[in-house]
Amino acid sequence: MLVHSRKARWAVWAVFLVLFLPLFALPLLVILGASFATHWSGALPSGPTLDHYRSATRGEALQALTTSLVTAVAASLLALTAGTWAALAAAALKKRHRRVLDALFVLPVAVPSVVVGLAVLVAFSQPPLLLNGTRWIVITAHTVLVTAFAHQSVSAALTRLDPAYEQAAASLGARPAYVLFRVRLPLLLPSLTAAAGLCFALSMGELSATMMLYPPDWTPLPVLIYAATDRGVLFTGSAVAVVLMAATLLVLFAVSRVRTRASYR
Amino acid sequence: MTTDSALRAVPARPAERKGSPRRWTPHLWALPPVALLALFFLYPLALVVRQSLRPDTGGTSLKPYADVFASEAFRHALWTTVWLALAATAGCLVLGFLLALVIAFVPFPGAKPVARFIDVYLSFPSFLITLALLFLYGGTGVVGSFQFLTTPWGVLLAEVTYFTPFVMRPLLGAFAQLDTAQLEAAGSLGARAPRIVRQVILPEALPALAAGGSLVLVLCLNEFGIVLFTGAKGVTTLPVLVYGKAILESDYPGACAVAVVNVLISVGLYGLYRVVSRRAGA
Repeated sequence: MLVHSRKARWAVWAVFLVLFLPLFALPLLVILGASFATHWSGALPSGPTLDHYRSATRGEALQALTTSLVTAVAASLLALTAGTWAALAAAALKKRHRRVLDALFVLPVAVPSVVVGLAVLVAFSQPPLLLNGTRWIVITAHTVLVTAFAHQSVSAALTRLDPAYEQAAASLGARPAYVLFRVRLPLLLPSLTAAAGLCFALSMGELSATMMLYPPDWTPLPVLIYAATDRGVLFTGSAVAVVLMAATLLVLFAVSRVRTRASYR
Repeated sequence: MTTDSALRAVPARPAERKGSPRRWTPHLWALPPVALLALFFLYPLALVVRQSLRPDTGGTSLKPYADVFASEAFRHALWTTVWLALAATAGCLVLGFLLALVIAFVPFPGAKPVARFIDVYLSFPSFLITLALLFLYGGTGVVGSFQFLTTPWGVLLAEVTYFTPFVMRPLLGAFAQLDTAQLEAAGSLGARAPRIVRQVILPEALPALAAGGSLVLVLCLNEFGIVLFTGAKGVTTLPVLVYGKAILESDYPGACAVAVVNVLISVGLYGLYRVVSRRAGA
């Protein structure tokens, strides 16, 4: 306890609320409130309605939701495989080589996602790999963007892993593949699911690279929200945004259930 | 760190000699992910660099760079990007430190849910903040339509709002490991709260502040969604310029030249951070 006097503590809490509520809680409440309203000119939204949700859960918007979900799941699984493989391979290397590999896989975080989008667009609009105009170009760009995060969290978990388990297994005669699948990966499972959740959330909300290269028949939710606000249909846009947040949270919740079950083992 | 990695290293087998095939097995296993990264990330980046050296008029020249550097729009965007990122990072660091301090050391009923809320907040896309600000300050806004959002200050507010939790999370992690006995000892020796914060908590928090701050700096330099959603013509950052040149004007050599400059700035800063944080022992 840093502040002992009761009065000072209340003052600190008051300052905290004054800073925290308007900055962090208000934006989300505003979107939630607007998604149920027809207009907002006074202090509070008015004209309660569910129409925006009706249009946000059918037709174009529903298709965008499935597009986003398919893209995010595919990109997360691919990124998790590549990132985990790279982290495991890097852990077996000597220190200098490991650093090079880690730096290579962290690079996509530092490169602006708009530039990743541009690069993927430039590279795959020409032979030998012609992906432009297909859904695969979106999935490719998302995978490149989230692999860095998957790799970072798995390699951070690997450094915390107690080597005694795998050494014990190996000394009892377990082959490397057996050690990997029965000892190391199960021990890594909590951080693997955490990384999967992170990748999924990032891919669901990805806008920058997607704006550069989405084909007309593969429009993810963030692009649809941007199109709505650009046309000035803010209320429908916020209903779609609520759908996006709800879908992300539902999947994250499901993923965290996997984690808690695994950690009791 | 070093003892840790020494422990982690695969125990050397007695049969292993220099040049034996087993010595190269780890490198072979590292090959597939590196090949994928090269194909889907490094090769595209190389093509961007190549395209930036090939103007529409044909041949290979530095003309796209000359054009870009000569244009007022680029210099303006460069300046806007850098100062917005620096100001937003400073704001996030101050605000994040203060808020994390309260959550960790002056805990109130409900501090745990607030910390959870921050985790959830991080999983939402950035443009939601601008969308909310559009209702508050936009054309028919609640607070009034004084065109606040179309100025850099609106973007700054949105960036500080969105990126502050990125500073708070590593800080809360660092504070959780801080032994409260240190605070009690300092307090019982007569140090008041500001002095405890300055001399006990701040030194402990520096690595987390450096990590969070540098991440926020790079993310702010690369931020696109927040700026795009304001719909402001007056605020152009480098990523927005890349998008505008490539998609709206179809000027690919120009877009690639701006992209190369943007990558150099971001990667340079990120590399600098990694070097500095390693020196600082973080």
